[in-house]
Amino acid sequence: MIRTLVAIVGRDLHIAARIGGAGGLSLVFFLMLVTLIPFAIGPDLNLLSRIGPAILWLAAVLSTLIGLDRLFQADEEDGSLAIMLASETPLELVVIAKGAAHWLTTGLPLALCAPLFGLLLALTPQAMLAVSATLLVGTPALTFIGMVGAALTARLRRGGLILSILVMPLMVPTLIFGVSAAGAATGGTVPFLTPFLILCAISLAALVVGAVAAAMALRAEG
Amino acid sequence: MAENNSILTALANPTRFLALSARVLPWMAGLSAVLLAVGLWLVFFQVPDDYQQGATVRIMYIHVPAAWLSLFLYAMMTGSAIGTLVWRHPLADVAQKAAAPIGAAFTLLCLVTGSIWGKPMWGTWWVWDARLTSELVLLLIYLGIIGLWRAIEEPSAAARAVAIMTLVGFVNIPIVKFSVDWWNTLHQPASVFRLGGSTIDASMLWPLLVMAAGFTLLAVSLHLSGMRTEILRRRVRALSLLEAQQRERAPVAAVVAPGVAR
Repeated sequence: MIRTLVAIVGRDLHIAARIGGAGGLSLVFFLMLVTLIPFAIGPDLNLLSRIGPAILWLAAVLSTLIGLDRLFQADEEDGSLAIMLASETPLELVVIAKGAAHWLTTGLPLALCAPLFGLLLALTPQAMLAVSATLLVGTPALTFIGMVGAALTARLRRGGLILSILVMPLMVPTLIFGVSAAGAATGGTVPFLTPFLILCAISLAALVVGAVAAAMALRAEG
Repeated sequence: MAENNSILTALANPTRFLALSARVLPWMAGLSAVLLAVGLWLVFFQVPDDYQQGATVRIMYIHVPAAWLSLFLYAMMTGSAIGTLVWRHPLADVAQKAAAPIGAAFTLLCLVTGSIWGKPMWGTWWVWDARLTSELVLLLIYLGIIGLWRAIEEPSAAARAVAIMTLVGFVNIPIVKFSVDWWNTLHQPASVFRLGGSTIDASMLWPLLVMAAGFTLLAVSLHLSGMRTEILRRRVRALSLLEAQQRERAPVAAVVAPGVAR
């Protein structure tokens, strides 16, 4: 069973790295958003450093969304989803493996590159570290919440828009606690650990709820 | 419970549901109209002005029932979602589909009246307060669910997808309900249903309850007629699919027996 799951993760990573895969593109999209926002609000470094964590978090939410619509759709098209449905490995674990692969190609690179992009937004080193840490524990929640939407729209030809509309309201709590933890690290009345631990809890809850709901959605439609 | 189950089973027959709802619906709609008329009369001519808020307090009699119903209809959709997924009740998804636009409408009504009330009282149309924000998120979830209904063509597949989405979205409901107790916000905490009795004066509470009853009956009447429309719409869809199939076969029949074929 473990070997099956590792194989699924490995396969998705391979596909992401190939030509036509989405690996790296979400990072480019992330950089694009971080570049666009200062153009829109003006290059005031004080303002940017104050809202920098929020910009990075918003960019992370949007970059997570762009790869999601193909998460199950591609498997549905080439028939591998039918094999996953028929396999002995519980579907809940299979979708967790799929989600993990998605996170490894989007959430993790974003969290690791956030300090670099923080330079563009004039973040202090402390703030960079805080944003990076919150993205590291918070982006799994985004992936697993989004996974439910991806499973629900797997059989739709144009599921991207409806997917975003479905999952973005559910990402609000993650965004709130992610930004408030990042903000708490650079000053404020709340200690950093309080929102940070809630963020960890949201990620763990999203892992369970997302896996169960996504598996249910794939089974219901299959 | 056994009796309750048998009622639900009896209602599983759409024809029986249509017959029963046709008999109940005029009474409910009529009662709702009477209650709303009495309630509005009470609100505009009987209720005293609030000592702080003046006449604007009358907005409450629309705002609060709409807020209750926005949650009530979502809770009902969640019940229907469980009915769809667990018991495969044939009318559960019809109930769910009919409830979504009504719930969205009441949520919007709640937000709009709240905004109109907020301008004179708080001095702003909108604040990013926990309850306002979570109610707005509720509206977005309603809209997403309606969008998902419209995105999937096959009704039974759409029903299951929407049911799962509804269950996942239900996490927002306790947040809306308890947001004013958990966070100390601009929006006032619950004052009607609370431990230790209501903090609203009886002269204001009774009209509110009349309005709430009228609104609830209005929502149920709208919901029943929405369900009836949906059942009929599905019948029309099934019939037109059948007709299309027969049209395809017709030329063959014409060759075999020209006189019989239509």
